[in-house]
Amino acid sequence: MITMVTLIDLVLFTLLGITAIAMLRIRDLFAVVMLSGIYSLVSAVIFTDLDAVDVAFTEASVGAGISTILMLGTLALTSTKEKTPRRQSWGALLIVLVTGAALMYGTVDMPAFGDAASPINSPVTDRYITASGEETGVPNIVTSVLASYRGYDTMGETTVIFTAAIAVLILLGSARTTDAPVTPRPATTRSLELRPILRAGAKLLIGPILLFAFYVQFHGDFGPGGGFQAGVIFAAGVILYALIFDMDRARALFRPAVTRPLIALGVLIYAGTGIATLFFGGNFLGYSAFNPHHPAHGQELGIFLVELGVGITVSNVMMTLFFTFCGRRRP
Amino acid sequence: MLPDLPLHLPPLHLAVPLMAAPVGVLWRRPVLAWGWAAVVSAVTLLMAVTTLVTVLGHGPVSYAVGNWPAPWGIELKLDILSALMLVLINGIGLLTVLYGRASVQSEIQASHQYLYYICYLLALAGLSGMVITGDAFNLFVCLEISSLSSYALIAMGKGRKALTAAYNYLVLGTIGATFYIIGVGMLYMVTGTLNMADIALHMQAAPVNRTEVVAIAFLLVGIGLKLALFPLHKWLPNAYAHAPTAVTTFLASTATKVSLYILIRVFFTVLNGAPLLASHLWAEMLVPFAIAGMFSASLVAIFQTNIKKMLAYSSVAQIGYMALGLGFGTVNGLAAGIIHMINHAMIKGALFMAVGCAVLRIGTSASGAVRVESWQGLGRRMPLTMFAFVLAGLSLIGVPLTTGFVSKWYLMMAAFEKGWWLVAVLIVLSSLLAVVYIWRVVEAAYLRPALPGSDTSRCEAPLSMLLPLYLLVAANIWFGIDTRFTVDLAQAAASALFQPVTGLNGGAQ
Amino acid sequence: MSWTSLIDHAIGHYNYWVCVVLMMLGFYIVIASGNLIKKIIGLNLFQTAVIMFYISMGKIDGGTAPILVDPEKVSGPVVYTNPLPSVLMLTAIVVGVATSALGLALVVRIKEAYGSIEEDEILAADRASDAKEQAQYAASAAQAAKTEAAQQGHA
Repeated sequence: MITMVTLIDLVLFTLLGITAIAMLRIRDLFAVVMLSGIYSLVSAVIFTDLDAVDVAFTEASVGAGISTILMLGTLALTSTKEKTPRRQSWGALLIVLVTGAALMYGTVDMPAFGDAASPINSPVTDRYITASGEETGVPNIVTSVLASYRGYDTMGETTVIFTAAIAVLILLGSARTTDAPVTPRPATTRSLELRPILRAGAKLLIGPILLFAFYVQFHGDFGPGGGFQAGVIFAAGVILYALIFDMDRARALFRPAVTRPLIALGVLIYAGTGIATLFFGGNFLGYSAFNPHHPAHGQELGIFLVELGVGITVSNVMMTLFFTFCGRRRP
Repeated sequence: MLPDLPLHLPPLHLAVPLMAAPVGVLWRRPVLAWGWAAVVSAVTLLMAVTTLVTVLGHGPVSYAVGNWPAPWGIELKLDILSALMLVLINGIGLLTVLYGRASVQSEIQASHQYLYYICYLLALAGLSGMVITGDAFNLFVCLEISSLSSYALIAMGKGRKALTAAYNYLVLGTIGATFYIIGVGMLYMVTGTLNMADIALHMQAAPVNRTEVVAIAFLLVGIGLKLALFPLHKWLPNAYAHAPTAVTTFLASTATKVSLYILIRVFFTVLNGAPLLASHLWAEMLVPFAIAGMFSASLVAIFQTNIKKMLAYSSVAQIGYMALGLGFGTVNGLAAGIIHMINHAMIKGALFMAVGCAVLRIGTSASGAVRVESWQGLGRRMPLTMFAFVLAGLSLIGVPLTTGFVSKWYLMMAAFEKGWWLVAVLIVLSSLLAVVYIWRVVEAAYLRPALPGSDTSRCEAPLSMLLPLYLLVAANIWFGIDTRFTVDLAQAAASALFQPVTGLNGGAQ
Repeated sequence: MSWTSLIDHAIGHYNYWVCVVLMMLGFYIVIASGNLIKKIIGLNLFQTAVIMFYISMGKIDGGTAPILVDPEKVSGPVVYTNPLPSVLMLTAIVVGVATSALGLALVVRIKEAYGSIEEDEILAADRASDAKEQAQYAASAAQAAKTEAAQQGHA
């Protein structure tokens, strides 16, 4: 049945397709990066439409926010023009067509979109939906599954972010970067500073953004959000300040001596919560053991702790990534 | 209250190195970072051996993370093969850390060495996490931990080619991981679960479905990319050739092996008893790729002037042998594949360690030190290193009384059992190609005069590098003569994998 | 298959088809583009399309976001959209941004080392330095052989 939602989806998907094709064709990398930010935003709208509010939240803050900033930083250090290729790569086209055809063949037997009786709405999901409220005391099912039922995955996810920070420090954190505020500020930063509307807007926004980050961190149990989104939003606030007002002051406040131990601390809080549950007689990450009489209270405590760990690591990793990319001088 | 540690070992195989990595940020002095990595590796090896003993004594172990029973929570599942992999990963890990101190000092700047050891611990955590998990999506997360840390480790190599090698590996590795995720998503769509055993139970019950077929194809291509199965091996030669030698040693002996382990898991746990397996020749499909890889990669290896790259191409060929074992689709074939996986880890570990010793002393540019010409006269200059190289080379070729012979023997037996005479002949023929490329190095080192202007005084590698090297060489000979440990374990692991999956949580419920 | 069932099938699967097309556009950018930054952007596109695919499979018609509401405040049963794909894809987004950051850092270093971020120019630079090294080592190996032959002749 064609519903309003279907129609909205159709329009948004068409937009996505056009954006993607434009990204393929355009050779100005600055434009491509901007389009990729738009692509992420449109995707986030679709995710909201598909009831995946947490994913929408994350895609908007990461895809359209952090990723775009990192790409712009890379463009500033490299070049913004893509060379025109000499010839069409038929081999690549063939591989893509074969892969796409295989996927299309695979869709034939897929359960229909939106079907409540499809296999994934199975006993596994049923328990999450019917029992998670009592078992974990957390109304946002995405949060309870993320931090408790599949908390082990999320520990790995936090480690992946930690790994990325270490890797970027290995690659870009060497002698070329200076932690001291002697780096000449990029010309773009200074020109941003001179724009009154930007300055006024940013002044108004930065406080609420940082406040909102804390709200998302501690309210993620009840509404969309959680440690990851909060960390990204907090970092975005700091990055906004650094871009528009004062890179050096932001860097001095969140200097490596502060951020690096915090990156490590977040991972340790997460895994440490897992170890702590062992001492309370539970399995690894079995938060119920924290409070044998009220398992749900134990769950709430455990989820709070691990989300805190995620938030600390993610916010500091994002800031480290930004400062490392921006602190590097153009060769 | 103190927890009952042996009971909680499964999650700790991942958690211990995972927590050790952030703690490593504290020790920035290279010697402390190295000591920390060594202590952690020793502890994790001890844990792995304990787990192997437990699994051999009491059967498979299942652990419900967070006290959530599967399929709601993530299940960790340790059978003989996964316990064996744990011992292999952590054993090689400890050896490369002990060996790597001098090598890392010479190849990586002092201010970055602690980051190197953090990355190593993360790679160890990721690889261990992959072999203990019973959950298809959790495997992806652990895969990414190990992949990201590997990209960083490879990029630490001297010279700019390490950067492009890491970049290409990153792009192809991410494509592989994304294919894997597409495959898992499609399986989830038709079965409604992510637990491997639970997926198997659902697939056993249902008729063949086109979505499943495509899902398995995507899983195979994705894992094939990470495994560097011919023709998806393009990233491997440069990555191994330009990474720091200690990294090459560690990755060559563990990372591709773990990818093979995932392939085995998909075939034997996820597809356990699925009607899909009976109606499509999935396993046999591997055979042509395996044989093509054995020959083409060995032929390319013969023409390499960079010794590390030559050994890297040889690895692609050896992955062909392992995949061939899997392709036989029999208990003995699988056992032969597992035997070769263990043996090849020891062989390539020893060969790359010997290369590292030579690089340390030749000490010209990164690519110059591994050129076959630079090795001229090395037989007199570094007799112990070269002797170890020759012994490990003999094992690679498959000379009797070495582990390489044991693997090829069991592979050929498996081929005879299937009546595939031609395949058996091809195994022997491709082994002859290994003679050619190993001989080129031996000839240069013993029979060619040293390059003009190079140092010819005798100058062995330090004992800290020679000891781990000779330990691996000794293992190559020991397990070549006394085959009980490797062969018995591999056969037990293989026959356990052929057991039908009947229930969740280790079949206990 | 009748026309109506075909149309039903199309309506039931168009989301997946769009996802496949978007995946392939991203995949094509990754493997066909010679620019290292564009390849990373292509990877992002590819991964976002996979995320879209997962999220599409979780949606239930008439469902709502999986945040439990107080049953006393609503009339009738509430249908929640499947939360599991969301959980998985949150992880995937994080992994994606981690990979991008690492890839971009590599691109910056490659630009510093090669002065280019175009694949073919980098390949050409590598070939040139390989050829130079090859010639240099071949010459010294030949010289070593000549010296040895002379010494043997002398003896």
